[in-house]
Parts: sequence; structure tokens; C-alpha cells
Amino acid sequence: MLQREVHPGKRLVYLDSTATSQKPASVLQAMDEYYRLHNANIHRGVHTLAEEATAGYEAARGKIAAFIGARSQREVIYTRNTTESINLVALSWGRAFLNSGDVVILTEMEHHSNLVPWHMLAAEKGLRLEFIPVTDDGLLDLEAYRKLLELQPKLVAFSQMSNVMGTITPAKEIIALAHAAGAVTLVDGAQSVPHLPVNVRDLDADFLAFSAHKMLGPTGIGVLYGKQALLEKMPPFLGGGDMIKKVTLRGFTPNDLPHKFEAGTPAVAEAIGFGAAVDYLSKIGMTWVEAHEKEITAYAMERLSEISGLKMFGPTAEHKGGVTAFTLGSIHPHDVAQILDREGIAVRAGHHCAMPLHQRFNLPATTRASFYLYSTREEVDRLAEGLEKVKQMLG
Amino acid sequence: MDDLYREVILEHYKNPSYRGELDPHDISFEDENPLCGDHIRIDLRVDENNRVSEAGFSGHGCAISQASADLLLESIIGKDLEAIKALTKQDILDLLGIELGPVRLKCALLSLKVLKAGVYGVGETIDLDADE
Repeated sequence: MLQREVHPGKRLVYLDSTATSQKPASVLQAMDEYYRLHNANIHRGVHTLAEEATAGYEAARGKIAAFIGARSQREVIYTRNTTESINLVALSWGRAFLNSGDVVILTEMEHHSNLVPWHMLAAEKGLRLEFIPVTDDGLLDLEAYRKLLELQPKLVAFSQMSNVMGTITPAKEIIALAHAAGAVTLVDGAQSVPHLPVNVRDLDADFLAFSAHKMLGPTGIGVLYGKQALLEKMPPFLGGGDMIKKVTLRGFTPNDLPHKFEAGTPAVAEAIGFGAAVDYLSKIGMTWVEAHEKEITAYAMERLSEISGLKMFGPTAEHKGGVTAFTLGSIHPHDVAQILDREGIAVRAGHHCAMPLHQRFNLPATTRASFYLYSTREEVDRLAEGLEKVKQMLG
Repeated sequence: MDDLYREVILEHYKNPSYRGELDPHDISFEDENPLCGDHIRIDLRVDENNRVSEAGFSGHGCAISQASADLLLESIIGKDLEAIKALTKQDILDLLGIELGPVRLKCALLSLKVLKAGVYGVGETIDLDADE
């Protein structure tokens, strides 16, 4: 894939890993092998294939639990993606434990997936939503956060890494302050888990949501991590097979964790692919991944700052991960992205599912280049050359 | 470079003939494409025979949306409002002279959407695909 020519003579430069990552051969192979050799429905059958499929599905859960430092694999719930994980918290925990007038704290830099579920629940329950402001240099205003905590929020839900500016938020500190104020915490790890070492015990996070497809795995599978004590108290999210212990015509007894939240036949092949992705990342080491991206990002920021008329948004390299959002003079981001595409360079243009953040900086849209473990300095050079071409054409 | 940024599109983007607001005007409407943040307003002056005598667009957007707005307004001068109601997606594509994927199609059609909404009056549903 990364060797592919997207247009004649133009080798792909993939700078959109924040939207979704490319997949290593080992992940594709694990899924292919599952379908060719082991495919069966899980948890019920007693035949050999069913046992193999169940073992593969549960082994992947164990790998993911170890990867994020969960105490037990019962704390790892499979979902479709980060968005579904956050909705699970809103619809199960939120519906059961939040009441009219309760305060939920979010931030101004959230992706729509960590805003809309709370808008919906707020409308249903009469919740009060408050937002930690973003400073001009793209960081969270922690002073304002401390003030907001005086409102005695029930929940603080925030992103550990912004998908637009790359800002890495001080998650451990945010969580400790929230706990001191008596609030439960939800970390949106869609960007942080793929790019940084993340350990739920070290963070003391109550919930952590992330997706496989942004971390070398397939689409259609994600995880909600939750502390066991919280998950035990929560009512089921969706009803169906596998989430029950016993069913009669007039009722049911929910299954134990983690199956209580996994109704119906799940994405088995995808779970196994997710496990292979976690193996791949563990082998390379998340410390290496983080360091590599920091280096590429610092280089990219240096090269891009040489382009006149280009303005980058967000914090300095030390406070951010492998993402940089920018504008190029008055040229519309769609035109930037389209002309770069003709050079084989894939970037994202738009508001990146974070409209409120763009409103905060008074921007209709930005162009975003993002990096991952396979990104190289040569690709950054191609980006810089491509941007010069854009300026020649439209500037 | 490929067809998408043909000379005619770049020319209308860089040197539009119909850019600007008309004050006073007979018809004015604005709308946006929330996906990319493009925003277009179109003002029209109409003569006693219901024909467009002057037109202007304002707002911001990509080269495709700006060029298509300019080309569209150029094409409607002297036309009566009924003829404008009959304009379709294909008319815009013919003006631009390019093929567009689903994402960029929205950019190209924003000005037509705004124009038709203005001509019909707010609240009426507009189906750009009506006669396809």
C-alpha cells in the first residue's frame, strides 16, 4: 500500500493516519487465516472451530488488556469504535447515574464523538454541560478547569490527544483533579492510544475509549475500558444474544463482564486483527512510536514554517503528537488537499469533526497532515514541495 | 496538472467578474456547506420582465465553489426566473467542463442551491437531481 502509485509516477505519501492508519501484513494475515481456517460463531458451539474462534477472540481481548495495563480482561469491552464506546458510557452509565441539573465537563477541543452523545443525553436528562476552554496556543486552560470543578461535576470527559492540533492533554492531572472533586472520568483515547504509551492504572482513568482502525487494526472494532466496579453497576447497553445468562419469555438475567455489553454476534475476525495490531505495536514499543512521531513532527513543523503564508495551529512540538493543522494564505483547504492529491500526497481538509474548535479559532476549515510510525522525513519533504506547487497554482 | 484546475476554473477563481454584494437587490439568499465551511451569498436584480439584470456573489470557499458561482452568475444574466428554476446539476457541470467526485460535487453545486433557494423563496424544497 505505502509503495503504491496513486497517480502515474506519484508514489503515495500517506499523511492521514489520524483519520485511519494503514495496516501491516500481519494484521491482514491474522484475519485472513481466521476466515480460512477457524471461522465459526463464538461462545456457544462445542465443535472445534467454535472453540478456536472463541479462543482467538478472547486471546485478542487479553492482548488489548495487557497493552493498556488493565487489571483484568473483564474490563475490556468490545465495541464498534471509539464513538460507540462513548455512547455506551452515555447510554448505560449516564442514563443510570446522571440526573437533572448534574454537571458534565467536556473541553472545547473535543471531536464530535465526545460532544454529541452528551448533547443527546443532556437533552434527555436536563444535564448542564460545561467546557474547559482552549488557550490561544492550543492547550487546555487548567485554571479555568479548577474553577469548573467547584460546580461538583459528576463526569469529566476529555480527549487525551486532539485530532486537529495534536495537543496532548495532561490526562493524569485532569483525572486526579476530577477524582478529588468526586467526578468520574472518561478519556477519549482515539488518538492517544495509537500514538503514545497509555496505561489506565497509571492514569487512574475510569473509562477509556479507542478504536482499532487508527492503530494498525481493522475498522468495525473498538474498545471501552472501564473499571470493573463501575462496569458491574452499569445496566446492559444493547439487548440480544451473548449478553444474557438466562432468558425467559418475560425477562432475562444479564451475563457477567465483559459479555454483558456485547450483544449479538460480534466482529470476531476484526477482534483477532486488533489483537495482531496490538502485537505489532507491542513488539516495536510505544515509546519508540512516540519518539519517532515527535521527531517527524518537529521536522515537519520546521519545514512547513519555511513556507511563506503558511500558518500552523496548535501548541509547540513538545506538547503535541504527530498532527499538524495549517492554513496556506487564503487558499481553501479543499484546494490544497486536492492539488496535493495529484502529487500523490493524502492529507485531510475540513473541520476534522471538530467544528467547535474551528469556531474557537475563527476558521472555517484547515488542512491537516498527520504522521505515524511508518512516516518518513522524505515524505515531509514531498509535502513541503507539494505545498509550494499549490502556492504556484492558486497563490 | 489535471482537468480539475483547468485554466477556465482558475481564471474565474482568481479574477471573478461577478464577485460582490448588490445593494439594493431584489433577491438575496445565502447558505453554507457545513462539511467544508464554504459560505455563499447571491444577490440578484431583476427587471420588469422578471429577467436577471445584475448578479453578485460573496462569501468564501474553494476554487471549485467560487469558480462555479462566477460561471453560474455569468450564465444567468438576461435569463428569466423560470429558466433559473429549471437549471440542473448537469448545467453546472457543463459550465465547469469537468467530472467531479461526490465530495467536490457539493462544492460545485452550492451556488446553484443558493441561487434556486433565492429564486423559489425560502422554505421550498429544492431537488437538484429532479430531472435526472
